[in-house]
Amino acid sequence: MADKKNKSILKTMGESQIWKSIIRSGVPRTRRQRMHAVLGSVFLHLHPARLPKHAVKLGYTWCMGGLSFFLFVNLTITGILLMFYYRPTVEYAYTDIIDLTEQVPLGIMRELHRWAAHSMVLVVWLHMLRVFMTGSYKPPREFNWGVGVLLMTMTMFLSFTGYLLPWDQLAIWAVTVGSNMARAHPFIGHEGPGASLLAIGDINLVHIGSDVRFALIGGRFVGEATLLRFYVIHCIAVPFIMMIFMAVHFWRIRKDGGISGPL
Amino acid sequence: MLETFKHTVDYLSTPTISFSILTVVTPILFPPTDWFDKINRKFGFYLLWTKTGLVAAMAAITLFFIIGYMDKNFNVILTKADNFPIVLMVYSIYYFTWLAMHKAYVNDERLEKGLKPSEYNDPDDKVLVWPDLVYIEFIALILFTVFLVVRSILVAAPLEEPANPASTPNPSKAPWYFLGLQEMLVYYDPWIAGIVLPIFCVVGLMAIPYMDINKKGDGYYSFKERRVGIFIFMYGWIVLWLFLIVLGTFFRGPNWNFYGPFEYWDAHKIVALNSVSLSEYFWVKLLGKGLPDNILLREFLGFLTVGGYLFVLPFVLAKTVLKDMLEAYGLTRFVALMIFGLVMFSLPLKMYLRWVANLSYFISIPEYFFNI
Repeated sequence: MADKKNKSILKTMGESQIWKSIIRSGVPRTRRQRMHAVLGSVFLHLHPARLPKHAVKLGYTWCMGGLSFFLFVNLTITGILLMFYYRPTVEYAYTDIIDLTEQVPLGIMRELHRWAAHSMVLVVWLHMLRVFMTGSYKPPREFNWGVGVLLMTMTMFLSFTGYLLPWDQLAIWAVTVGSNMARAHPFIGHEGPGASLLAIGDINLVHIGSDVRFALIGGRFVGEATLLRFYVIHCIAVPFIMMIFMAVHFWRIRKDGGISGPL
Repeated sequence: MLETFKHTVDYLSTPTISFSILTVVTPILFPPTDWFDKINRKFGFYLLWTKTGLVAAMAAITLFFIIGYMDKNFNVILTKADNFPIVLMVYSIYYFTWLAMHKAYVNDERLEKGLKPSEYNDPDDKVLVWPDLVYIEFIALILFTVFLVVRSILVAAPLEEPANPASTPNPSKAPWYFLGLQEMLVYYDPWIAGIVLPIFCVVGLMAIPYMDINKKGDGYYSFKERRVGIFIFMYGWIVLWLFLIVLGTFFRGPNWNFYGPFEYWDAHKIVALNSVSLSEYFWVKLLGKGLPDNILLREFLGFLTVGGYLFVLPFVLAKTVLKDMLEAYGLTRFVALMIFGLVMFSLPLKMYLRWVANLSYFISIPEYFFNI
C-alpha cells in the first residue's frame, strides 16, 4: 500500500492499461523503452531510433527541413479552418476575407496562414542552402535533392495560387502579372514563339481562347473561373501531389543512409 | 550628412552599379581560384565570415533599415506588410550564409591540419532520438509557433481595395518570390524570362548532383574543397535570384522604372527607352540600308551570335581551355554543364549589353514572338 502511494502520477498513468494500449511501450525511461517509443510510433518512426551526434546539432541541420514540414502541417490546419468561412466566388470572396478579421472571434487565422506561407518559402530556400553547403546532395542522395527541388517549386506555386484568393487589387494584379507569362509559352501560349505555326490553313489552333494560359486561369482574363480554379489547385491539387513527394522525400532520406555526415 | 548618405545609396542602388558591385564582389567573397583567394586575403574579405564580421554586417543592415524606416519615401515601401518577408529574407540569408561559411572555414583549417571535420563523431557513439532529437524539434516547433502568433497579432495581412479589372495599379508586382523573374522581363522576352529560364533554373538545380563529380565535402561544411561549385551556386542564388528580388521589391516603381530606395516614386519620371536590336545595328546603322524583307536574312547575324554562343563556344572551350575538364567529366556531363552554365551567364551578359550597348535583342522576330 505504502509503495503505491509514493508512485508519481506519471508512473501510475504509464502503467495503466489505457496508456499502454496507446503508447505501447509505457513511459520511456530505459534505453530500450526509449528506442521502442520511436520505433513503435507511426509518427516518430520517420526517424531512426538512434542518430549520430552531429545530426541533433542545430548548427548542422538548422532544423530547416523539419520546420518546412511543420509549416506545411500548420498551413494545412489553418487552411482547413479558413475554408469554413471562405467562398471562392467573385461575389463573396473579398467580403468573406473582411469577415475573417472583423466577425470571427480571435480572427488572426488569415494572418497565421499568410505569414506561415511566406515563412515556408523562405525556410525551404534556407533548407536548400544548408543541404548545398554541406554537400548533402552528393551520391547516393542525388535523387532526393531532385525531389526536394520539385517540392520547393511546388511550395512557390502553392503560395502563388493562394495569393489570388483574397480577391483584392494586390491579388488579381499579382496573378495577372504571373499568369501573363504563360501567354508567351513556346508553341502552347498564344503569344509564344511557334504558336502561329500550329495552324490548319488559316485556323490557329493556339489562340487566346485555347492556350496554356486559358487552361491555367480558365478564361481570357483573371476572373470568376480563375478564382475557382486557383482555389481547387491551392486547397486540393498541389497539397495532394506535395504529400506524395514528401513521402518519397522522407522515405529516401532513410533509404539513402539517413542524415548526411562526414565519414 | 544624412542626405549625402541617402543620395549615395540611391546612386549605388542603380541596377548597373549595384549589380556590377555584386558581380565583382561575389567571386572575391567565394573565391573559385587562387587568384581571387589572394585578393580576398589581401583586402580582408574573409573577415565577413568571422564573429566580428557578423556583428558588423548585422549592425550595418539594421542601421540601413532604421534609416530607411525614418525616411518618408523608403518607409512607404518598407512598411508594406507583404514586403516584410524581404526584410526577414535579407537578415536570414546573410545570417545563414555566414553560419555556413563560418563553419566551412573552421573545417577547412581542420582538414588542412589532417583532422576530421568538426561534425565528425565516433560512428558507434550515437544518441537516442527520444529524447535528444524529439525535444529539439518540439522546442523549434513551439518557438516558431510563438513567432507566427506574435507576428500575426502585430502585423495584419494586407488587404487592398476589392479586385477591379478596370484599374491597373502602377506598378503591378508579382508576389515577392517571383520578382526576380519579373525583373528578368526587362532584359528578356516573356517566353525566356517567364518560361525558359525558370525551367532551366529548376532542371539545372536538379542536375547539380549529376554534374558535380567532386566527391569531397559530403556531409560537412567546407569551402576550399568545393570552391568552384560553391562560387557558381552562390552567384546564381545571391546575385541572379535574391538580389533581383530585392531590386524588384525596393528599387522598382511606377512603369517598372528604377527608383533609389530613398527616392520619391514619381510616376512621371522620364526614362529614355531607345534599345536597338542587333539586326538594326547591322543593317541600318552599319550598312546604312533598310532591313531586308527576308526574316532569316535580316536576323542572320543574331542567329550566328546565339548559335555561336550556345553551340560553337562549348566546342571551342572543349578543344582549348577546358580540355582537361572534358576528359574528367565525360561528354554528357560536360555538355550539360556547358548548356546550364552558358544559359545562366547569358542573363548577366544580356543585362550588360542592354546597359552598355542599348541592345534590345540578338534575334528580333516579333512576327513570330521570337525574340532572344
